Amino acid sequence: MTTAIAFLLAATFLISVGGLALLIWALANDQFTMGPRAARTIFGPGEVGRVEDPATPQAARREMQRERGAVEEPGSEDQREELEARAEADRSSRVPVVWWLSSSLIWLLVGSALGMIASLKLHMPEWLVDDAALTFGRVRPAHLNVVAYGWASMAGVGVGIWLIPRLFKVRLQGAVYATRGAIIWNAGVLAGTAALLAGYTDGMEWLEFPWPIDIALVIGGALAAVPLILSLLERRVQHLYVSSWYLLAALIWFPMLFVTANIPDLFSGVEQSMLNWWYAHNVLGLWMTPLGLAAAYYFIPKIVGAPIYSYSLSLIGFWALALFYSQVGLHHLIGGPVPTWAVTISIVHSVMMVIPVLAVAINHHMTVARHWRLLLYSPTLRFVTLGAVAYTLSSVQGSLQSLREVNTITHFTHYTVAHAHLGVYGFFSLIMFGSIYFILPRLTGREWPYPRAIAAHFWLVFFGFAVYFIPLSIGGWLQGVAMLDATKPFMESVNLTKPYLFWRSIGGGMMTLGHVVFVVHAALALLRGRPVRDEATLFRPLPADSAERTPS
Amino acid sequence: MTRALGIVAGAAMILLFAALMIVVMPAIQLQGTTRAPQGLEPYSEQAARGREVYVSLGCVYCHSQQPRDPSVAPDGERGWGRAAVPADFVYDSPHLLGSMRTGPDLLNIGARQPSSDWHLAHLYNPRSVSPGSTMPSYPFLFQVVDEPAADDVTVPLPPDYAPQSGVVIARRDALALVQYLKELDRTYPVDVLPVSEESDE
Repeated sequence: MTTAIAFLLAATFLISVGGLALLIWALANDQFTMGPRAARTIFGPGEVGRVEDPATPQAARREMQRERGAVEEPGSEDQREELEARAEADRSSRVPVVWWLSSSLIWLLVGSALGMIASLKLHMPEWLVDDAALTFGRVRPAHLNVVAYGWASMAGVGVGIWLIPRLFKVRLQGAVYATRGAIIWNAGVLAGTAALLAGYTDGMEWLEFPWPIDIALVIGGALAAVPLILSLLERRVQHLYVSSWYLLAALIWFPMLFVTANIPDLFSGVEQSMLNWWYAHNVLGLWMTPLGLAAAYYFIPKIVGAPIYSYSLSLIGFWALALFYSQVGLHHLIGGPVPTWAVTISIVHSVMMVIPVLAVAINHHMTVARHWRLLLYSPTLRFVTLGAVAYTLSSVQGSLQSLREVNTITHFTHYTVAHAHLGVYGFFSLIMFGSIYFILPRLTGREWPYPRAIAAHFWLVFFGFAVYFIPLSIGGWLQGVAMLDATKPFMESVNLTKPYLFWRSIGGGMMTLGHVVFVVHAALALLRGRPVRDEATLFRPLPADSAERTPS
Repeated sequence: MTRALGIVAGAAMILLFAALMIVVMPAIQLQGTTRAPQGLEPYSEQAARGREVYVSLGCVYCHSQQPRDPSVAPDGERGWGRAAVPADFVYDSPHLLGSMRTGPDLLNIGARQPSSDWHLAHLYNPRSVSPGSTMPSYPFLFQVVDEPAADDVTVPLPPDYAPQSGVVIARRDALALVQYLKELDRTYPVDVLPVSEESDE
């Protein structure tokens, strides 16, 4: 204990001095000047004030522009040049983006199916028991890993690769590496999932894939990072837009986390449990969250045609996220046999997460709030905005849940499962849905074939998730309360959750149906969508035509 | 910000620091103080195999192995045992502390349920001995035979759950798993109990 206190004191002192020195250096070197101009990096000349949503049919888009009001800046010939460069940038990333995104869509379906099986099994314990591969204890980790590494990671990387040339205003360099990376990554997820169902597992939550298979993910991920680095070196922008910070940070964080945590036999016993949860929470906080926020920081302003609310706030949001999110993992071990001081550090940081979350929330919600009526027109904006709202909600919920008083009730219950889904599904997945709706027409040059399918997808997952989340949270809470009451037999905490688990399956079924609609629609758009040429990014109307489009 | 290297280096430093704080430091502290308690034996060969079955079938997704302090939760009153300490887990890799209690904590299941017959029947069909349970059955760990051989372990079942004809015998994996469950017994006394959560705040 004395060592720990001495270390903490010394560390606090050194960090404060180091932080102060860094601040002075940054101020002296003018690192913080980034007013409204920096926030406009993602807009071409004359683009502020113009809505952009390739997933909205053109008629509705004209309505949307009318709703948005007049264009704030006059356009010019520069605009044409800029837009041509952007169309060229989009073309350069096309192949790897199609690989990563279409793979992610297939994993989304696989992950949904596995999730459905696991969910049904919780209230139908005699269903599918004859085969070891389909026992709950194998299907559940298969669901988690397919969703985390198949769907979420591949979608996030795909969106990231698509953003890179737009953020750095340069053709994607070394695109072929990312394509190869997608193939190797897919092989890794496939092999890992098969291994889990066959009973080969490393046995730790979020780290179940047997470690030799993890090597495939490391290689695949490294290959996907090559274009990011090469394009960064060739970049033609002076200021790095906020989305790039998150992408760059995710690029360094994920390999550090994934490699460290997967080294076999590094630790055993409770030390291993701390490494486990350090990884498991960081893979959410320092991998999925930055990828999701990078996308939200790009698409929200882009769709509504307005720079984000406060660019300086985004700086605070970024560094505070890095500082606080990296240390929250041990709140999963509250009350467990691990040093209390370390758990307390995690609780403190979980609460401190309110700062970056508020910074991001103000930025995202205020940007949308000023033009909230656009939500009526744009399904893309609806998905991304709802995702941003879920980020705020799940983060605040997470901070509260880390408090010992609350955690005592929610720990070990389905409440935590509901919370995890609010984060990974409500926040991350919805933002990815929105991003894909925006990106795909830019890849194919065609509109989405069936706008109604987009609406069906949205409402299915919206209501499906509500039916999933609300009963599961209530049931989990009651389960926790019952477990704390020693006068009630344990079986009571099992029995009372049964109706809630049933409703969770109904909600999950609606979400899965929404995914089927989404993936079939995306497949049609990719393979043989209606040959309607969208205006893509190119040759968009100059202000003279007001919001009318000229055919390309 | 204009410096990509600054962002990447800063981000990496912060994560390294976090790892130092919540993984490395506690590990150094624990490795300096944690010895196998008297009364804790390494798992027998069969139990170690059973532990692999436990890991492979994903029992950890519904069962924790970490009773909490009485000041936090009434785990002790439920018969789950005293609060776990780091020394209880010196032979555990992968760790199986768990994060769910869809079923009860199992760190001391061997002490509270020492009967092999109970465990075998429970694994064959949990509802045969624990009405209302939502635990899946594990029929693939068993075999139905007409006439058990001399060294077969037969599973006694209530009539409602027994097969129409023949007897249920346990496969090797089932026997190993039950041996592991029976060796889950951390009821020996330990010197240092964790300080109550409340007093630390």
